[in-house]
Amino acid sequence: MTRSPIAILVPLAFMAGLYFAVFSPVSQFLPALLKGLTVTVSVAVPSILFTYVISIAAGLGRLSTVLPLRWLSAVYIEVFRGVSLLVILFWLYFVLPEFGLTLSAYTAAFLGISLNAGAYGAEIVRGAVQAVPRGQFEACVTLNLTLWHKYGRIILPQALVIAVPAMTNMTIELLKGTALVSAVTLVDLTAAGVRQNQLTYQTVEIFSALALVYFCLAQVIRVSGTQLEQVFNRHLGAQ
Amino acid sequence: MQNEKIRFEGVTKRYGSLVVLDQLNLSIAEGEVVTIIGPSGSGKTTVLRCLMTLESIEDGLIYIDGEPLNKMERGGQMVPASTAHLRKMRQKLGMVFQSFNLFPHLTVLQNCAEPPVMAMGVGRNEARERAIDLLNMVGMGDKQNHYPAQLSGGQQQRVAIARTLAMQPEILVFDEPTSALDPETIEEVTSVIRSLAVKHSYTILMVTHQIDFAHDISDRICFFDKGRIVEQGPPTSVIDAPVEPRTQQFLRKVAQAR
Amino acid sequence: MDWRWDFTFDTVMPRILPGLWVTIEVTFLSFALSLFLGLFLMIAKRSKIRALSLIAGEFIEFMRGMPLLVVIFFLFFMLPEVDIFLAPFWTGVLAMGIYNAAPAAEIMRGGLQAVPKGQWEAAHVLNYSTFRTWRHIILPQAIGPVVPGLGNLLILAFKETPLLSFVAVPEMLDAAKRITSETYRFTEPLTVVGILFLILSLGSALLIRLVERHMLREYHHAK
Repeated sequence: MTRSPIAILVPLAFMAGLYFAVFSPVSQFLPALLKGLTVTVSVAVPSILFTYVISIAAGLGRLSTVLPLRWLSAVYIEVFRGVSLLVILFWLYFVLPEFGLTLSAYTAAFLGISLNAGAYGAEIVRGAVQAVPRGQFEACVTLNLTLWHKYGRIILPQALVIAVPAMTNMTIELLKGTALVSAVTLVDLTAAGVRQNQLTYQTVEIFSALALVYFCLAQVIRVSGTQLEQVFNRHLGAQ
Repeated sequence: MQNEKIRFEGVTKRYGSLVVLDQLNLSIAEGEVVTIIGPSGSGKTTVLRCLMTLESIEDGLIYIDGEPLNKMERGGQMVPASTAHLRKMRQKLGMVFQSFNLFPHLTVLQNCAEPPVMAMGVGRNEARERAIDLLNMVGMGDKQNHYPAQLSGGQQQRVAIARTLAMQPEILVFDEPTSALDPETIEEVTSVIRSLAVKHSYTILMVTHQIDFAHDISDRICFFDKGRIVEQGPPTSVIDAPVEPRTQQFLRKVAQAR
Repeated sequence: MDWRWDFTFDTVMPRILPGLWVTIEVTFLSFALSLFLGLFLMIAKRSKIRALSLIAGEFIEFMRGMPLLVVIFFLFFMLPEVDIFLAPFWTGVLAMGIYNAAPAAEIMRGGLQAVPKGQWEAAHVLNYSTFRTWRHIILPQAIGPVVPGLGNLLILAFKETPLLSFVAVPEMLDAAKRITSETYRFTEPLTVVGILFLILSLGSALLIRLVERHMLREYHHAK
């Protein structure tokens, strides 16, 4: 599903229009929503980056020939995929202090979201590595490449191309997951919207704005994914 | 007899209850060109894959220059080879695959110049120069900056040969190098292999279905069936005047197919 | 850390287990709604009427970028304003049902697309009626790839139910939250909820894998 950048630009322009139209009812809640948006973005961006790191580490760990590493990755993946993100967030923020580790609201949100998404990402990376043709692994053996070069230079670059579409979807899911951070007392976009709704009762306007902003953010991720895919494919020539 | 380069000693390979190699004994001299022919499923390719350590073997030993490949000596006992030992031994080996297995995300030049840098610590410039020489040798010098997907099968296979040579192996292993090619591009690959067999001192072990080609370049032909060598000798005897009924039958079938 | 087993068994478990039942109810009811709505969405998207397929496509796209929590809150606040008064439980079922309709539609569409075009043509040539084409040719082939996808969606829905605790649907997490606000003990209730989720989602994933394998075997037999 390819979408032109116009698909982002139009809604974004609309958003800007809304923002500058400081007319009437909208101006009551919009500043608060934008403040919430900065929280959402400040949680989402570092989480996305950390999630990619975890995905690759745990995805490769799952395929490792070193048994303890494989088991550790498997346990991590199953636990953090098996439990709801919201429960994970609550647990990190409210239960972990019982074990002597107190996290700030932001850290709990960042860790909970990345660990949860990273477990899904790890399965994507694992699948992508397994989708790299067997011959590529064999060529690495016959060319005597070390583990580091084999994965760093040969296998991962090919696997990541395969993983892009699924990773894009996972990233959008991660973005949607940030809507839950109010559980650890952060006031993100969604929480700001709910608060403003209780103050101003402009339900339709507020939730339309929320939906629109989330839609724009998701489009940014989707279009970046598609662009990335095209760059990779051009690189790989006429296959 | 010249120096022995490779020796298979009682090598047995099984997949479950299926015996693919049955107590294989085979000795190859330095500089010798040996071709394995035989019906599909006879274990020909497995011989190469065991030599390249792509497959484990259940029993037996493979020696290269008199040194065990799949085992090593530790404390007076033979134990399974360590990764370091395998890496050391594999430096002498180079393999060309049926399906080329070029790295699709690297250019032709990178495919040939990077592995020596990564695996042997050769300097970047040196590796680059040697790669260019080799690409010129296989007639691919003008395609350095192409990606594998932009090349025909025959061109990819020639690049794959250059990539293998860039690792400076002493032993070349060809696994059906022309089987995945369009008929019109076979010749460009066989002529490269022929020049390697004739002009250079490589020890070559090859599996192929091209009997005429095997006849041309081989010092020795091994006819393989059901995991065993049924008949071996110079091409003039095994191909032109086979003794074993199974060899005769196989060659008749191949001749009919053409 | 102090973990109190008596608290766990005397207070936490008896109050969380009814919540588990609510969780399961919400999961299945909302999933049924998702399948129902998803079927219509899919038919609309495949429709030859361009406007209809465009709207369905955009709706699916739009819902994919929307957090479930926004949907839940929207219905929770909006429905009373238009004079629809539902219990939080049913608001939750409705929200999750609508939310998961889009992925359900995409999964079903994927299954149909996996049926080779030649199958439709063959049925046409054999003069099969539309009903017979669907019943005997298309559906049996489409169902194979659809089952694992929908199974995973069901597990995802199950893991989404805690979000309903935001609007006080008495599911597991809501029960745990109530215990914590009364006793100021977080460890046991939240850990129990986490473990129950883990057991149930791992268990159902296993179940789906078994069903999938069973269906694959049948499929291969049929071949």
